[in-house]
Amino acid sequence: MANLIKTAQAGTLESSDIMITVAPGSQGSGVVIELQSIVMAQYGDDIRLTLEKTVAQQDCTDIYIKALDRGALDCTIRARILTALSRAGAVLKEGIL
Amino acid sequence: MKNALGREIPEKIGGVAEVKAFAGAFKTSPSMSRRAPKVKSVRPTDSKMVDNLADVFAKIPVKDGMTLSFHHHFRNGDGVVNMVLATAAKLGLKNLKVALSSVFPVHEPLIEHAKNGVVTALDTNYMSGPVAEAVSRGLFDTPVVMRTHGGRGRAIECGQLQIDVAFIAAPAADEYGNINGVEGPAACGSLGYAFPDAQYADYVVAVTDYMVEYPLSPVSIPQTRVDYVVKVDCVGDPNGIVSGTTRITTDPVGLKIAEHTAKVIQAAGLIKNGFSFQTGAGGASLATAAFVRKMMEKDDITGSFALGGITGYMVEMLEKGLFKKLMDVQGFDLEAIHSIATNPNHLEIGADFYASPFNAGCAVNRLDVVILGATEIDTDFNVNVVTGSDGVIMGGSGGHADAAAGAKVTIIVANLLRGRLPIIVDKVLTVTTPGETIDVLVTERGIAINPRRTDLKEKLLAAGLPVKDIIDLKELAEQIAGVPKQIKTGEKIVAVVEYRDGTIIDVVRQVEI
Amino acid sequence: MDLKLRRSMLFVPGNNPAMLQDGGVFGADSIILDLEDAVAPTEKDAARFLIAHALRTVDYGCSEKVVRINPLDTFAAQDIKAIVPCRPDAILVPKVESVADIHAAVKMIAAAELPNQTPVKIIALLETPRGIIEAYNIAMADPRVVALALGAEDYTAGLGAIRTKEGTEIFTARTIVVNAAAAADVQSIDTPYTDANDDEGVLVDTKFAKHLGFKGKLAINPRQIEIIHTVFNPTISDIDWAQQVIHAIGKAQAEGSGVASLNGKMVDLPIVNRAKRILHLAQLLGLIEEAK
Repeated sequence: MANLIKTAQAGTLESSDIMITVAPGSQGSGVVIELQSIVMAQYGDDIRLTLEKTVAQQDCTDIYIKALDRGALDCTIRARILTALSRAGAVLKEGIL
Repeated sequence: MKNALGREIPEKIGGVAEVKAFAGAFKTSPSMSRRAPKVKSVRPTDSKMVDNLADVFAKIPVKDGMTLSFHHHFRNGDGVVNMVLATAAKLGLKNLKVALSSVFPVHEPLIEHAKNGVVTALDTNYMSGPVAEAVSRGLFDTPVVMRTHGGRGRAIECGQLQIDVAFIAAPAADEYGNINGVEGPAACGSLGYAFPDAQYADYVVAVTDYMVEYPLSPVSIPQTRVDYVVKVDCVGDPNGIVSGTTRITTDPVGLKIAEHTAKVIQAAGLIKNGFSFQTGAGGASLATAAFVRKMMEKDDITGSFALGGITGYMVEMLEKGLFKKLMDVQGFDLEAIHSIATNPNHLEIGADFYASPFNAGCAVNRLDVVILGATEIDTDFNVNVVTGSDGVIMGGSGGHADAAAGAKVTIIVANLLRGRLPIIVDKVLTVTTPGETIDVLVTERGIAINPRRTDLKEKLLAAGLPVKDIIDLKELAEQIAGVPKQIKTGEKIVAVVEYRDGTIIDVVRQVEI
Repeated sequence: MDLKLRRSMLFVPGNNPAMLQDGGVFGADSIILDLEDAVAPTEKDAARFLIAHALRTVDYGCSEKVVRINPLDTFAAQDIKAIVPCRPDAILVPKVESVADIHAAVKMIAAAELPNQTPVKIIALLETPRGIIEAYNIAMADPRVVALALGAEDYTAGLGAIRTKEGTEIFTARTIVVNAAAAADVQSIDTPYTDANDDEGVLVDTKFAKHLGFKGKLAINPRQIEIIHTVFNPTISDIDWAQQVIHAIGKAQAEGSGVASLNGKMVDLPIVNRAKRILHLAQLLGLIEEAK
């Protein structure tokens, strides 16, 4: 179980990037995602799915995620959320990227 | 009813006298005479000078329901539209139609006037900023009529757009109404978009902040068509009217697209003496001009003319002898203004001369190549420049559909992915320019050619250019970015998109609030 | 010598998603995803994740995927651990100064490779006076080393000299790198031309590099790539000459003569090798068809 110790942030507001802030959620709060995106209508669901999947793969269950998206591709979203989790103190699983 | 592109067009549209469905780029012919304005006389003792706009309104007189027209040569530095509409509002006028050739963020007060019923109809070729957004969200009950630059000229000449009063923002004027665009603090260069208004409006009012001694010269709009002259303190903000020197993009992807576009033009065999060319004012479009220029210099080519919106870069090409003439319907920067004022080979042309399909031949008909942009392009090569991918209006044809129809080769330059959004879609949200007039799409990941142009495909393949099927390019984009969800629009029609020949090519529906 | 074409090697900052995803568009022979100079120390972790994901998902087309890691005395270990399993084609190791450096890098890379992974190649970036002295040994240190590259900005700082566009101050270092690489049968890659707006300057500098014997050049801006390629591509007369050489050799062999000559000059082995390299390059570039 990858537990977050603190709040952390990764990414920027540059075009094609996504700025993600993660914070530990209270016990049982689940994965809460607050998403803003310049392509919300077209990719909002995809972005949420990518965040949820990546977080689930790392066995994070109670986590608050705030994401400001500027048209990031999937690989960038995954990289940013993993960076944020790592910076928040989560011990990431090796070999899963 | 469905038009020739399969777009659903209502039989009746509020504010449009006769709804004709788009039938093909060259399938609709004119069947009318030009509509002439009233003949007037001015006696030797009469003065045209009026103290203020309110007095002009009283003299004409401007009444409820009239159509007032304006040009957009001042772009986001315009002050005249807001001044005139403020006057109208103060006088309690209602239900006016505004025929403004392009709407910019500075025209935001139009929203209040619409809400208050002062203005209830809008006729324009391009919209950006708060007004465009408000229109998309249902500001007007009557759909906005969106035309092309050439189409607006045609509509005015042929009587579909009847103007009661044309308010012409005049950088310089004399007391008898002669106007030009090259003198005064608000100098803007060519006044071409105002020519049809001046010729056919029932009343023409020159609004200026710079009076010169009679007779003004050179004359762009003649005294014989101007009824009143009003001097105000300031017609526009020079910083919004002209950009500084227009610079070519340094974005590496844009430059790559531009370089390939120039290679396409070369491979098509077009870079030879007498070459004619039109391109946009920024981004990859203008960068293409730089690469074409290198090719022309290398082979010592002299072009015949460059057309359209003119920037300092095109002026430089004229001065260096790369083109013999510039035909200018809109100047963008100080260099363009200076050149049109001083160089006899830099010609001012009107919107009708530039692009109207219903006259004895317009300038776009003489083009070899035009470089254009797009917000979306579909697999039939139909192009959208009216709505963004979120369905909100953020542009309009301007000269897009005109130049595309006229030019021998029409090239769309665009990033395959804009942010995350693929530019190629199954069906564009709004058709502005029909696929039959679009020949080539150049992206950073490949070049697609309209199947109609087997001649071009052969030439480009022989030149070793990365030609791909447009469907493959679309799939490549979706592989990289994922397949975007279609956005949903409402039922209400907020704008009709008129093709240059007066037929309706598509409609814009309200975006969900 | 490794046959991979490395005429141009384009640096792309590893912390910039937009540039990482567009990197394959520019047609460089190699793309160098940079974890070192382009990335601030506080963002090294973020860049590692971005590059790892880019390597796995972005299509870089025909470009070789190279990652410049951080120096061996800073973050190289974490970089290698994170990046190698993502199958880059090569690692560019900065500030290499000794055989021991190469051995250390090889050890970490081998430990991080997956069981069925093609061995990751190494390109050694020589940026210090000591690195220049050890150039030949470094090139010979391990079969994974396929090229030596020169990093002139740091090198001239190490000399206490001023870096100039003409490059007199790096002349000796350049010839040493070319010579050492040739002696070790690896490629030599020239330092980048750092004024991205000076097209004429890139052309002159690249021509000089080719003249000295470099096989390619580092690039810091996509604009430089086409210029670099036109310099390193064989010209029609190069190809003609090379074909004549091969023809002369064939003729001599057919006649049973031991010595071939072309235009009155003897065609010996070095000339034949040069001709073969030119034809091979021309073939790869599609300038000629398969050699008979």
